[in-house]
Amino acid sequence: MNKNVRKIVRQTNLLVGGCITLFVITVAIFAPVLAPFHPVDDADLMVSEEPPGAPYYLGTDIQGRDILSRVIYGARISLAVGLVSQTLNTIIGVLFGLSAGFFGGRWDDFVMGLTNIMLSIPALVFALAIMALLGPGLINVFIAMGFTNWSFSCRITRSQALAAKSLDYVKAARALGYSRIRIMFTQVLPNIIGPILIIGTLGVAWAILLEAALSFLGLGVQPPTPSWGGMLSAAREQLFTAPWISIFPGIAIFVTVLGLNLLGDGLRDILDPHTQTQIS
Amino acid sequence: MFAYAVRRLLQFIPTILAISLIMFVLLNVLPGNAALMARGEQDTGAISTKDIEAMKREWGLDKPLWYRYAVYLKGLAVGDLGKSFLRREPVIQLLKERVWPTLKLAMVAMFIAIGLGVPLGFYSALRQGRVADTVTMIGAVSGVSMPQFWLGLLLMYFVSVKLRLLPPQGYGGGDFKHIILPAFTLGIGYVGLLARTTRAAVVEILTLDYIRTARAKGLSELLINQKHVLRNALILVLTTAGLQFGDLMAQTVIVEKLFSWPGLGSLLVDSIFQRDIPITQGCILVIISTFLLVNLIVDLLYGVIDPRIRASYK
Repeated sequence: MNKNVRKIVRQTNLLVGGCITLFVITVAIFAPVLAPFHPVDDADLMVSEEPPGAPYYLGTDIQGRDILSRVIYGARISLAVGLVSQTLNTIIGVLFGLSAGFFGGRWDDFVMGLTNIMLSIPALVFALAIMALLGPGLINVFIAMGFTNWSFSCRITRSQALAAKSLDYVKAARALGYSRIRIMFTQVLPNIIGPILIIGTLGVAWAILLEAALSFLGLGVQPPTPSWGGMLSAAREQLFTAPWISIFPGIAIFVTVLGLNLLGDGLRDILDPHTQTQIS
Repeated sequence: MFAYAVRRLLQFIPTILAISLIMFVLLNVLPGNAALMARGEQDTGAISTKDIEAMKREWGLDKPLWYRYAVYLKGLAVGDLGKSFLRREPVIQLLKERVWPTLKLAMVAMFIAIGLGVPLGFYSALRQGRVADTVTMIGAVSGVSMPQFWLGLLLMYFVSVKLRLLPPQGYGGGDFKHIILPAFTLGIGYVGLLARTTRAAVVEILTLDYIRTARAKGLSELLINQKHVLRNALILVLTTAGLQFGDLMAQTVIVEKLFSWPGLGSLLVDSIFQRDIPITQGCILVIISTFLLVNLIVDLLYGVIDPRIRASYK
């Protein structure tokens, strides 16, 4: 009984997380169709700080722009940042981790040393430093976040590659005369894709939160581009007079990140129940 | 154990060196010109090239990068972190004023995280699969998914503006009232994280042989939980809390900005905007050192909790 209940709960994670994520992706793709107004150009100071109500269902901001439309378009920015930066992180982490675990020796020492240093610099601080260096902007956000959070993928990939090295299928591939590079990418990588996918999904969630934080500090995506963090940053001044400006972009971030976290949890439960205690 | 601690402390040196080098190189190729920023007269032509050169000389910016790094390291060895470009005060002085508010904030937040997260996770694990478990875990994943500054904004609005219970921002001379909202804002994500970690650890421990043995010999559930489960789960919880402390120190940047808290985080952000590189470097160094130190303390605590680990400190 207990086990069955847990099984259902697990499926729920995956189901709810998957649905939320799919919903956000759909909104992002069809933003021009869904948004009733243009997120930037439809600014009308005559309707500045309108409370929620038709035709502005979530109200307007201080420049009289429709918040619903800006939230809808904001999904594009958040997802783009999450996906692009996490893809970069995954590629770097997997390349380092796979080669370190597989080749061992000095290269492994070097990669592990680098990973440990990366782990001791909090990603937010690192990203802040890089944003300071490059200046605000979307492309720079990709760079600042895409190169600073690969240590988790690297560690997981390395340990998995290390374990896979002594398994029969790798020995068999070697006996067949496959080159080491070929074994790494065609034999080992497909077999360890599960944990990488889980870390990746959770990483996207994390990246969306970090981008929002950077934009909130004024170092992320710049106005008038509708980013959720940036909207919240601008809304701070009107918190007391027009709280709705602060509420809806926050809900958007929260729901998106929640969906991705649930999806990551669900994937973890299905793909490898044993790592549950290792990564949280 | 003492020898172990000293050895670990010595290991900090190469780590700090590597990090300081990365940060130094990164920050010193910054395009913004501190000399111009200092006068706040960018692009107006009110400041002559000669003045800029003089300022660069004053701060040693005319020297090559490796030379500047050597000078920086020399200072670092005796606790001198250089002088602020803008405020013309020693960085170490500025940091000293800011460290305590940030540490206090981080510690109270961590205290909230452990004090709420561990009992919640434990309770959830004992009620595995029941409604209470599900509700707690939904709460925990929500906490992890919450953008901190948004929670802070909401708390500010509802608790301070609507209910007028607590001051919306500021340090207030360091009294208790002012720290509640920022610490809660900072801590809530870690409450969720620790609840999840604790639950996972306890669930696993409950299936182990020594728990069955303890039950078989007739120990009460309370005693089993106290003596066997909690103690073994604490190791994992402590590790997570330690590893998250650096992250938490970094997150103070946002919370401090939001609540106008006069700590390291707000100093760091301001210095980045002002291109005041010595301060930026100093702040990052302090944040990272604190993180390393906290993890050393966690490592030493393992020994206190687990006699097996204590035996391995040789």
